[in-house]
Amino acid sequence: MPDLAATTLPEAPDAPANPVAGIDQTKGDFTYDVNYEFDAGTGLTENTVRYISTVKKEEPWLLEFRLKALKTFLEKPMPTHWATKDLDNINFDKIRYYLSQGQKPKRTWDEVPDDIKKTFERLGIPEQERKFLAGVEAQFDSEAAYSNIKEIVAKQGVIFVNSTEGLREHPELFRKFFGKVIPTGDNKFSALNSAVFSGGSFIYVPKGVKVAQPLQAYFRINAENFGQFERTLIIADEGAEVTYMEGCTAPKFSTSTLHSAVVELVALKGAKIQYITVQNWANNVFNLVTKRGVAHEEATIKWIDCNIGSRLTMKYPGVVLKGRKARGEVISIALANDGQHQDTGAKMIHAADETTSNIVAKSISVGQGRSTYRGVVHIPKHLKGCKNNTECDALLINTNSRTDTYPAITVRGDANSVQHEASVSKVSEEQIFYMQQRGLTEAQAMSLSVNGFVNDLASQFPMEYSVELKRLIDLEMEGSVG
Amino acid sequence: MSQLEIKDLHVSIGEKAIVKGFSLTLNSGEVHAIMGPNGTGKSTLSKAIAGHPDYTVTGGDVLLDGRSILAMQPDERARAGLFLAFQYPSEIPGVTIANFLRAAVQARMAEGEELDATGYYKRLYSKMDLLKIDRKFTSRAVNDGFSGGEKKRCEILQMAMLEPKFALMDETDSGLDIDALRIVAEGVNAMRGGALGILMITHYQRLLDYIVPDHVHVMWDGRIVKSGDKSLALELEAKGYDWVKKELAKA
Repeated sequence: MPDLAATTLPEAPDAPANPVAGIDQTKGDFTYDVNYEFDAGTGLTENTVRYISTVKKEEPWLLEFRLKALKTFLEKPMPTHWATKDLDNINFDKIRYYLSQGQKPKRTWDEVPDDIKKTFERLGIPEQERKFLAGVEAQFDSEAAYSNIKEIVAKQGVIFVNSTEGLREHPELFRKFFGKVIPTGDNKFSALNSAVFSGGSFIYVPKGVKVAQPLQAYFRINAENFGQFERTLIIADEGAEVTYMEGCTAPKFSTSTLHSAVVELVALKGAKIQYITVQNWANNVFNLVTKRGVAHEEATIKWIDCNIGSRLTMKYPGVVLKGRKARGEVISIALANDGQHQDTGAKMIHAADETTSNIVAKSISVGQGRSTYRGVVHIPKHLKGCKNNTECDALLINTNSRTDTYPAITVRGDANSVQHEASVSKVSEEQIFYMQQRGLTEAQAMSLSVNGFVNDLASQFPMEYSVELKRLIDLEMEGSVG
Repeated sequence: MSQLEIKDLHVSIGEKAIVKGFSLTLNSGEVHAIMGPNGTGKSTLSKAIAGHPDYTVTGGDVLLDGRSILAMQPDERARAGLFLAFQYPSEIPGVTIANFLRAAVQARMAEGEELDATGYYKRLYSKMDLLKIDRKFTSRAVNDGFSGGEKKRCEILQMAMLEPKFALMDETDSGLDIDALRIVAEGVNAMRGGALGILMITHYQRLLDYIVPDHVHVMWDGRIVKSGDKSLALELEAKGYDWVKKELAKA
């Protein structure tokens, strides 16, 4: 394998200390020159996959799994017959698929190499950990550089490690659920992830354990032309409860970067999983993520998904409602600014009686920004007492922005009920003038309109994240005023 | 002591000239009423002074304390001390009155200076008491689903909180029943005198029974054609705008 060609960009000036600025875009736009010990080189072949598997000292079954997935990936066409043609602009031969300084994350920040530690300190992660988190995993390119869980939570039997450790230390548990919610061949990008995955979280919460504070993972892309493929598997055993939050940033490079994760959730009987994403990718990142959960009897899975930044995001968190009275929820906020396309939505697959699902999707399109909502709600004929509520609201700022809604709701039989509402509104010139007349700048006025639009959803987030979301919206609006 | 000086102002919407040589000087503490029939340029005047992008000033000047405001953005004019009470206030869904006003108050503070939340709410509640507004009002989204009267009361509350040097009140009486009109007028009267100057635009004499002006001007075809004291408003009420038209024809 070739030696690392580390990227060098001028260092951004030190930003002022800001306790909750982990995801604001200017804050994420910096990079350090890191010497990677492990580098799978550029392009994707069988050798790339073998290199990753060898470096991780994986068992033979997993290498087989990866190689099979690579085949599936190469065979599957791009989904450009329904999705944007922009996908054709991803050059898989120019991407670097694995970069790391080692496979074992550190348990204390002091042990983390300086340049990587500096990165996460600038993003405010150690500080957030001290303040309100039960555990943190910080992934830098392909591997977690730091991973730790509070002792009190670990003592309850909660496992929170990266996927490599999960495979190595809890193989039976991992293997039982891995790839079961999202099979390799689900789509081209889940196949890609299955071939080259590295990093991501493995979480197991034992029966009846309710984790009071959130667990957080932070995904950081540092290298140019890099592809990040984390794989997350969360299992909440019967009656367990857990909230997981993820944040993501990348510096702004002139070339594009690929982020393609697979996230599988399993909520066993009566369990509750809440999965919160506030992503803030630089606007050259292709963000193509597959997220799905299975909710067993009386279990609840709730996805809270905030998509800001990226060049193209395609992400439709789903819940398979497998057990009686299971509940699935997707709360989604997408902001598409100039040059960005947020293609997001939700999937609710009802597979048992009395299951309920709720989808609330709000999108904001600014300038040339484009947002698309795609939803699937499926309730087969033999089921009784199922309910779905879908709400899609779009807000347009400036006349060039575009929004599309493609809700596919298949409900068979007459013992189920479905509600669907959609609205499109505009921030009018009059509204902006009105606010300016009260002394707010144009950017402040737009930002306030957008915050008002998402206010009812943002108030459901943990406080720290709704503050970050607001800050992020302010920043986006500031940049969008000509 | 402040002064708002409108000098030979000409305003167009697109190609069409609407305000044609309007001049008026307004001092702190004074209440001037502008009366006139529909389509004579009253609302255009107030929007142009506030800096609405659809209105082009083609001539003349507007000076606040001797400094022209025409090159300033609408928000800069607002922060400099101009307030426009809108005839048709915009709705801002999801943004509560309390948060909106807080942002507006914050916008007037120096960079880095933090608003004192306790002091802010204390002041907000005292203004609401003054205007006889229920406390629950401020947790509603700005103008969202408000009745005509509620919208106007919301405008007056904002005016009270932002303490402008000059307020342009555009047809504040429109859409108000007599009780709402009385409450709004009481609020304005409580603020008048002192440092506030008011330019009150109205079609009807009715409002002037409640907010008695120091000066009355009749606007016709884009400029002031007649000025006087409050008796002029009564004369207008008695004789109708046709009277002005005939007077003009004679001249």
